[in-house]
Formats: sequence, C-alpha cells, structure tokens
Amino acid sequence: MPKKYETPLLDELEKGPFPSFVTEIKKAAAKSDMAADELGQLEKSYRDKRGYWKHGGIVGVRGYGSGVIGRYSSLPDEFPNVANFHTVRINSIAGFFYTSKFLKEACDIWDKYGSGLTNLHGSTGDLVLLGTNTENLEPIFAEFSSRGWDLGGSGSAMRTPSCCVGPARCEWSNIDTLDITYSITQEWQDEMHRPAFPYKFKFKTAGCAVDCIASIARADCSIIGTWKGNIAVDQTEVANYAKNGMNIQEEIVNMCPSKCMSYDGKELKINDADCVRCMHCIAKMTKALKPTGEKGATILIGSKAPFVIGATLSWVIVPFMKMEPPYDEFKDLIRKMWEFWDEHGKNRERIGELIIRKGMREFLEYIGVEPQAQQVKEPRRDPFFFWTEADLQK
Amino acid sequence: MSLPERRTDIGPPHYKDFLPPVIQKNYGDWKYHEILSPGVMVHVANSGDKIWSVRVASPRLLSTDTIRDMAAIAEKYCGGYIRFTTRNNVEFLVSDEKNLEPLQKELKDKKYMMGGIGNRISNIVHTQGWVHCHSAATDASGLVKVLMDEFADYFTTKETPNKVRMAVACCVNMCGAVHCSDIAVVAVHRKVPTIDHEKVKNMCEVPSTIAACPTGAISPEPSKKSVKINADKCMYCGNCFTVCPPIEIHDPEFDGVAIVVGGKVGNLRSNPKFSKLAIPFIKNDPPRWPEVTAAVKKILDAYIADAKKHERVGEWIERIGWEKFFKVTGLPFTFQHIDDFLIARETFRTSATFKW
Repeated sequence: MPKKYETPLLDELEKGPFPSFVTEIKKAAAKSDMAADELGQLEKSYRDKRGYWKHGGIVGVRGYGSGVIGRYSSLPDEFPNVANFHTVRINSIAGFFYTSKFLKEACDIWDKYGSGLTNLHGSTGDLVLLGTNTENLEPIFAEFSSRGWDLGGSGSAMRTPSCCVGPARCEWSNIDTLDITYSITQEWQDEMHRPAFPYKFKFKTAGCAVDCIASIARADCSIIGTWKGNIAVDQTEVANYAKNGMNIQEEIVNMCPSKCMSYDGKELKINDADCVRCMHCIAKMTKALKPTGEKGATILIGSKAPFVIGATLSWVIVPFMKMEPPYDEFKDLIRKMWEFWDEHGKNRERIGELIIRKGMREFLEYIGVEPQAQQVKEPRRDPFFFWTEADLQK
Repeated sequence: MSLPERRTDIGPPHYKDFLPPVIQKNYGDWKYHEILSPGVMVHVANSGDKIWSVRVASPRLLSTDTIRDMAAIAEKYCGGYIRFTTRNNVEFLVSDEKNLEPLQKELKDKKYMMGGIGNRISNIVHTQGWVHCHSAATDASGLVKVLMDEFADYFTTKETPNKVRMAVACCVNMCGAVHCSDIAVVAVHRKVPTIDHEKVKNMCEVPSTIAACPTGAISPEPSKKSVKINADKCMYCGNCFTVCPPIEIHDPEFDGVAIVVGGKVGNLRSNPKFSKLAIPFIKNDPPRWPEVTAAVKKILDAYIADAKKHERVGEWIERIGWEKFFKVTGLPFTFQHIDDFLIARETFRTSATFKW
C-alpha cells in the first residue's frame, strides 16, 4: 500500500464543480508509491508556497537525446519515490484523435512502469506521462515503440508538431493540417530525437485564420491556411440567418476589418478584392459563406514566449504557398531556414531572435524569398538603410 | 521479464487509423456545423452524414483510472473514438444519433462537466506549476481549478460576448499561452536573485548565464569565478536561474502573480494581439487564491457588461480605450503598467486624443 499523506490544503481543491486535479492525483496515489509521494510533496509546496523540483539532468532512452525530461525532487529523503520522477513525452496523434484501444494499452503500460499520472496534453501537444524512475525509461520506450508509438521532442530539437482539427472535422480548413503535421513529423525524426539545433523549434499548423492551435503565438514556424479567390455567398442562407435574429449589418458588415461588405436588407455583397480573409463573417455565417479558388497557406516565422527579448508573434515570410503532399517546397524552405540558424544562431537563440539580430533581409536572402509588401505592416519609417554593392549596380 | 523489441524513429501512428469511419468518409468535405447545446455540436458533411461531438471539461492532469473510464464510455457510445481539444477538453465523437442522449445521461450521472462550446469560457490552458516544474513561482493547476470553479456557469450554460480564452503560467517562461489570452494569470518574482558563488563556480557557464539576461544586468565576477547582478537593471525574470540553478530566484514571501488581459490569437475582425498588464501583483494565497478569482471576476464582469456581441476582451478594451478600462474596472494604474523594457516607446501615447 502506498503511503497515505494528510493533505488538508489540497483537499480544499477537491471542492467545487470543476474536475479536480487533486482527485486525479489521489486516484493514482492509491495505487502508486510515486504518485503518493508526488501528492505529499505537492501538499508541502502548498504549505510553503514554493516548488520542490530541481532542474532536469541528462536522462533518456538509448540512442535518443530527447523525449524524456529529467526531473528530481529537492527533498529526496522526505519523498524517496519521487527522488527521480521524469517526464516521458509520447508523440500525439495529429488532431489529438485516439481510440479506446490505444488509451487502455497506454494506461496499462503506464500503471506498470510509472506514476499513473498524465497530461492530455502538454503545452506543445505531447501525450505527457508525468513521472517515472530512471530504470523504467527503457521498458516504457520498448512497450510504446513496439506498438507503433514514438517519443516526442525536447531540448534543443524540433518539437512535436501539432495542429488544429482541420479537415477531419471542420468546414473552414484550407489545408490538410493533419497530413502536414504527420508528414513533417515523419520527415524529421532525426531532428526531433537527436537535438542538434541552437534551441527548440516548434511547428503548429492551423487550417484557417481562426487559428485554434494558436500557431501565430506559439510556434517558430506557423502554417496558417488561407485562399486566393472569392467568398461564395448563398443568399438564401443569408436570409435564414437574418430571419433567425442575426443583425447582419451590426454583427457582420460593421465588424468587417476591411469594410468590404454591404447589406441592403436582402442581399449581402462582398468586394473580394478588399477582403483580408480574417474569417469573422465566415465563422459567424458558416452556412452562407464559403471561400473558393486556390487554397494554400501563409508561412510565418518567429513566435515565442517572452524569454529573452520579449514575446513575439510570428512574421509573414511567404504570403502564399500551395501545400500539397509531399510538401517539398515547404520542406526545402524549412531546411534553408535551419541552415541559416545553424550557421548563425547562438546557443539558446530562437530563430525569431536570430532574425532580429541579423536583420530580416539577411534571412530572406539566405532562404531565397523575395521582399514582398505582405511581409510588413508598413515600410520602415527612419532613413537608415543598407545598400549592398549589388543594389548599387541595379 | 522480457521486453518487446524496441523500434526507433518510427514517429507517431498515422492519424487515419484513429478517425471514426464517418470522418474518414467525409474528410475535408464538411459543409457546416451547429452548436446544439453548450456541450454538443454537430458537423454536417456535403454527403449529408453527421458527426456529433460531446465535450466535457478535463483538469488536463488525468489519472489512468479516469482515462480508462473515458475510454469505456467512448467504447459504449462512440465506437471507441475520442479526441482531445487544443484547450485540453475531451470530445466524445458520436456517429450514431441514437447514442447521443444515453451518452449525455451517463456523462451527467458520472459528474462529467459538459460544455465549453461557443461563446463561453472554455478550459484554461496552463503549465505544470508545483506539480512538476523546477521554475514554478505558483501552482498552475490550483489556480485553474479555483478559476474554473468560480466561472463554471460560463462553461456549462451562460454565454459571454465572445469566447474568453484564459491561461495560467506558473512563471514568465509562459509554457501556457498567457501572452496572447483574453485574461491570463502569470506568476512573477519581485526580488533580485541571490547567488551561491561556490556552486556557480562548479555548475554554471558564465558566458551563457550572462547571455541569458534580457537587460544586461549580469556581468562576470572574476575574483569568485562567478557572476554578479546589477540590481538596478534586474527585472526578476528568472532566466538566469534556468541556465544556472545556483542563482536562486524563488522567494515564497515576495513571489506571486500578475494578471494580463486583451490578447488573442485568431485573426477574426482584428489582428492577433498580445496580452497587456492589468494587475502587476497579487500575493500567492494557496489553496484557493481568493484575491485572484475576485480580480479576474471584476475584469470579466466589466467585459460582459460593456462589450458588444462578438467583441473579444482586447477588442472591447481597444474600443473603449485602456484609460477607460482602468476606470470601469476600478483597477489602479501604477508605474508597473508603463513599459520600461525593450520596445517601451511604442506604447507611449503620441496623440492628444484620449478619454477622461
């Protein structure tokens, strides 16, 4: 029987309507010595208002440099079963689809070799197995990989790519987000499992500008589906929305950022040449409005959380790229970016930070992308700019 | 005990093997969807086929017992098909309409919390916190729990003017999407870290420690084979601690959380935006952080009362102006609100137009 800790503070977090993580830890703690000590240590953190985990060390499975994050308790004598309590990242399925068969197998393996605690999912999108001892790592890897599952990324490597639900269950997707995610994951297994980059590199793929995967804020490379063509309007469905109480003038026309719509009470008109494809009208009137024409993606680079230079959103690099299997044009572009980063990046420098340090021009020239007005909000405002010898000859 | 033969670099299984047959058949050919109730939506394909998704809340940190229970429910009503959302909710995928009612009944009986679809507070994206992270300055799961308890009605029934995306990050590393959320909580330090020079000498690389500092506050201390910190420049971010553990940033007395508002990632109506500072500091008060929930409620209530339909928190604030935001919420405006980091001048007002 695992040790039973008194947890008066954490017990307070079992009250209230929202499902409780404390209840989850307690369920695992009834069966697992590791989960029991996790619970005990967490209660102590709540009492002392501080964490008791140490930095990760180098730990992993044979042949891989990523997929496992070392975690050690700073109170190993008090909580010996979490003295080492590592995270294992399992590469999730594109779109986060699962079958009960897999989930049950995963639970059996994890109860046998780990704490029984998981995150579905971690922030990057891995299926996270939360806490196990060093000696269990190889067995866990053997059990999962023999069933066709692999580890995700960690450290200075390509991280597990993730995507929105896309064409699997959404009418707005302009690209096959699941297939792109699967394809780049398979293409770059070595880059995921053997860290060789200056720092982490994340991909997120969104089917449209609604961006349900937060790609523009959370991925070094954001792939956002878009189109070149008109929005087809079904006026009968427009009339139905009006009949059902939608104030089309107020809720749709007035909220259009490019002021490209008009409505006379009968007909909704769109000046497609002025549309910036923000998705508001389509999202609110999904039965009436459909993008038509060529589908593809905008490729943006550089978003990340605040360290070191402050948070960034991704910048438009390629305004439009066709995204069709095997995605060679996209993959070649990424390889060039990685080459640039490999050549110039400092240790722990994200690609976005490098672009700021070296200048966007140097980056664009290296990867072979022409300057385009879609890449900027506005041209530079100060009169300081570079001319190369080649520019002077033009 | 013999183990199965390990395989390397095989990547994840193909997603097609995990899609319900109705999705495989109508992949990329969906016509529209409708929200039938806060926890149920139906997607209709051009073929006329339908799939219903029933969404329930999850604390993200799940035990194998709970996952097995979810798997059993999925087997009973969904042919075993289940998915997770990008905000960590669970979706039961129903292909046969007659399973819809019994599924909802069982979920209700088992006290699963259905909802989160549409203009509501969906789940709160968050980080590991004290549960499993070395750099946590607060506990993320606990904050999520108390906030979602407070706003449970906005998950299960009540509507907001548009979606309200919340996030909690247990330090400024922001593994959660705090920097672009409608309302978010981020843990902060407020004191210059202390340095254990003996350990720095043995454990740290001086150049990378210096490079980790965004404000250039760290310089070499050659006599101690260590580093020193210019207290006037330090903004307590803790990045030095991440690269050099003997630089201790944690301080249970002075650590706490800040609240940021007005960010979004979608492009609808207005461009993606960063969250901005609303409240620079609230003390850590586990287990239920009453001041944090009260502060978030104050902001949320002001938004609900004043925003137009479809306006996100950031769009509402931009329409009324930040000066008005501080007025209607009653939140004090302090020196901490005026940027003095790298691109501060972009945020200073350069017009004579503002509200009283």
